[in-house]
Amino acid sequence: MLRRLSLLAAALAISTTLHAEPVTGGRANVVIQPEPPSLMVGLVQNGPTQMVAGNIYEGLLRYDTDLEPMPQLAKSWEISEDGMTYTFHLHENVKWHDGEPFTAADVVFSADVFLRETHPRLRTSLEHVEEISAPDDHTVVFKLKQPFGPFIGIFEVGTMPMIPKHIYEGTDFANNPANNTPIGTGPFKFAEWEKGSHILLTKNEDYYEEGKPYLDEIYWHVIPDAASRAVAYETGVVDMLPGGSIENFDVQRIAEMDNTCITDKGWEYFGPHSWMWLNNREGPTSDVRFRKAVMYAMDREFARDALWNGLGKIANSPVSSSTRFHTDDVTEYAYDPDKARELLQEMGYDGTPVRLLPLPYGETWQRWAEAVKQNLDEVGIEVEIVATDVAGWNQKLAEWDYDIAFTYLYQYGDPALGVARTYVSSNIAKGSQWNNVEGYVNEDVDALFDQAAVAVTSEERQELYTKVQQILTDEVPVAWLLELGFPTIYRCNVKDLVTTAIGVNDGFKDAYIEK
Amino acid sequence: MLRFILMRLMKAAVILIAILTLNFFLIHAAPGDPAAVLAGEAGAADAQFIEQLRQRFGLDKPLLTQLGIYLGGVLQLDLGYSYRQQMPVADLIFARLPATLLLTLTAFVIALVLGTLAGVLASARVGKWSDTVISTLALLFYATPLFWVALMAVLVFSVFLNWLPGFGYETVGANYTGFRRALDIAQHLILPATTLGLFFMAVYMRMTRASMLEVSRLDFVKTARAKGLRPGIIQRRHIFRNAMLPVVTLAGLQAGQLVGGAVLTETVFAWPGIGRLMFEALTQRDYNLLLGVFFVSAAMVLLFNLITDILYRVVDPRIRVVS
Repeated sequence: MLRRLSLLAAALAISTTLHAEPVTGGRANVVIQPEPPSLMVGLVQNGPTQMVAGNIYEGLLRYDTDLEPMPQLAKSWEISEDGMTYTFHLHENVKWHDGEPFTAADVVFSADVFLRETHPRLRTSLEHVEEISAPDDHTVVFKLKQPFGPFIGIFEVGTMPMIPKHIYEGTDFANNPANNTPIGTGPFKFAEWEKGSHILLTKNEDYYEEGKPYLDEIYWHVIPDAASRAVAYETGVVDMLPGGSIENFDVQRIAEMDNTCITDKGWEYFGPHSWMWLNNREGPTSDVRFRKAVMYAMDREFARDALWNGLGKIANSPVSSSTRFHTDDVTEYAYDPDKARELLQEMGYDGTPVRLLPLPYGETWQRWAEAVKQNLDEVGIEVEIVATDVAGWNQKLAEWDYDIAFTYLYQYGDPALGVARTYVSSNIAKGSQWNNVEGYVNEDVDALFDQAAVAVTSEERQELYTKVQQILTDEVPVAWLLELGFPTIYRCNVKDLVTTAIGVNDGFKDAYIEK
Repeated sequence: MLRFILMRLMKAAVILIAILTLNFFLIHAAPGDPAAVLAGEAGAADAQFIEQLRQRFGLDKPLLTQLGIYLGGVLQLDLGYSYRQQMPVADLIFARLPATLLLTLTAFVIALVLGTLAGVLASARVGKWSDTVISTLALLFYATPLFWVALMAVLVFSVFLNWLPGFGYETVGANYTGFRRALDIAQHLILPATTLGLFFMAVYMRMTRASMLEVSRLDFVKTARAKGLRPGIIQRRHIFRNAMLPVVTLAGLQAGQLVGGAVLTETVFAWPGIGRLMFEALTQRDYNLLLGVFFVSAAMVLLFNLITDILYRVVDPRIRVVS
């Protein structure tokens, strides 16, 4: 195992070496899985849609791997001292793919009209906004009701994509025929979609950044079987496998191929955080000692090394280490089966069986569930694994019909955007699996999350979030597993593929192929 | 004959509606719905958003109303709209139909021709080594799981030997035209079609062999021999024609499934056909699309059953006389 891990580490190191001047031309062949339902990222926000559409559409900003904002459609921006006014200055020579000019009116329309209706995640953040205005064609001002710490973090393409006002204004957004021929401002234009086979994007010759993009075209290959996707890379049909394209047990073999680089960068904004929901309402999981016992019983290092190729980190807090305001000053739960047994004995656990719902996302997750079952068996917890598909899993969680259930969710760079939703009691409601599904109620935690979201300075926010992380790790409302590491695999002569905190989801405008 | 066909067509229409209704309820009985799945893929959604989707898809109406709306549409040959792919179901199915038919028909022909030939050969040499080899191979093809054969075929012919493309319908991005394109598609077709054909090839072989042997022991064959007919003629005209009856039945059954595609083969070989469309629709609870695929494949099964019955009358004069 050590040898294998060191090889992976070496491969990761190679991928960060320096390189020469970008080369223009060439074609990228990339895997996309599953086939996206639509490329209209304003309407559909799933992973594959964003991955392809990140080339077609753009946001006002991008974020580097430390989550610092970088210019995109906005060339500069200012935040007022009271944290209430955000002013963006737009690039002046930007055109939509149909030739119409992109202006501040498009920004106002996108944020205030279109996305408010269609984008549930952004809608929540926009509740803090008093007014969005366009004093001139190239300036946009967001005026907030009160300071909202994470606000500067919501302008990437997946969260706030710019939608063409001249195409959508006054139409039925969901049924607009233009959804099939997406028009954005991005470095690549939509060219062709052969359903079940491939999607073709071609270079936007009128792109506003001089010389970019470098590639001529991108082919996204739809290959439904994970083993076939690995073969596609091995036989040279595709040159890039975005994170999660192939099963983890194939990663090692593929990474050892010639001219193959691998990186786990490009997920910092998402901060994919995995945990097991523990039903706090009833059964043994409602007892904090049982929940702690689960934490001690799990050998998470083994899971990381054996199932995730050593990529990722042990999640020691509800806030991922790539998300702002993470702290290590929390109660830690190292693998300690004896301690788990003690806690179970103390609570008087009578061997009531618990149902474990694996995440139906493929082989790795199934095996992980089996590994956890084995860990729990060893300390005397009776576990039965419940098999289901994605739709069934959705429903069971939304109906709270589970004892323990695997999941992973994105954090979007800030606890107010991607962490609070899991723990605040105002977010307990049947019918959704992205809220406080475990049914955890703690008024202090509610208050701390509320204060931290609107606190003005980062120091204040850090202090509040540190407190909340300490309380949560003491009470273990859910059982945190790993900060997942998704490897992006590609031929080493493809350069600058991953340059931002959302990696390949940010489009291929910087990428080029060295001859 | 015309009256027979008309009667059968009317019966078929009734059966089709019954199948659709049954499927409708079965699909809705499965846990989860398309709105939750779509919302789930976004990674963040609230109950309000899911409710919005349900309203848009008409899933908030009572089940019987939904069924009425659906069947009403089908009667006007409108198969509805795919929730997930945001396209008319009929367009999606017809876009995939050529690829599926190419794959399944090729596999069908391979299976039927090679299977029958091997069966005839084995029955003519019963007990000899060639019979043993053919029968053993047939047993092997029959018993091996399809997905394993498929993966091994890709591994050997695509990864190790690099003779054939391992998946896909054609070389994406090559932009071939005319004969070059046909050749390219043919190359892509070899592995999936052979893999898919193997199982039925084995079935036809065993069926033909058994049937030939059985018929060859019947009295009329003895009579033919006694009359001094040449063995070749007895084999072709008398034994083979009679032995084909169960094979025709089986071929009819298989032909009915051609349009339904082949979920496993299409998935492993990334073949853009209907089987994959159906499987994806199932996991995503895309009700209309799933029902649409069921509708088309059920219609095909009924149609091929009819054709089989007509063929029966051609192959076996006794049936014509009775009816």
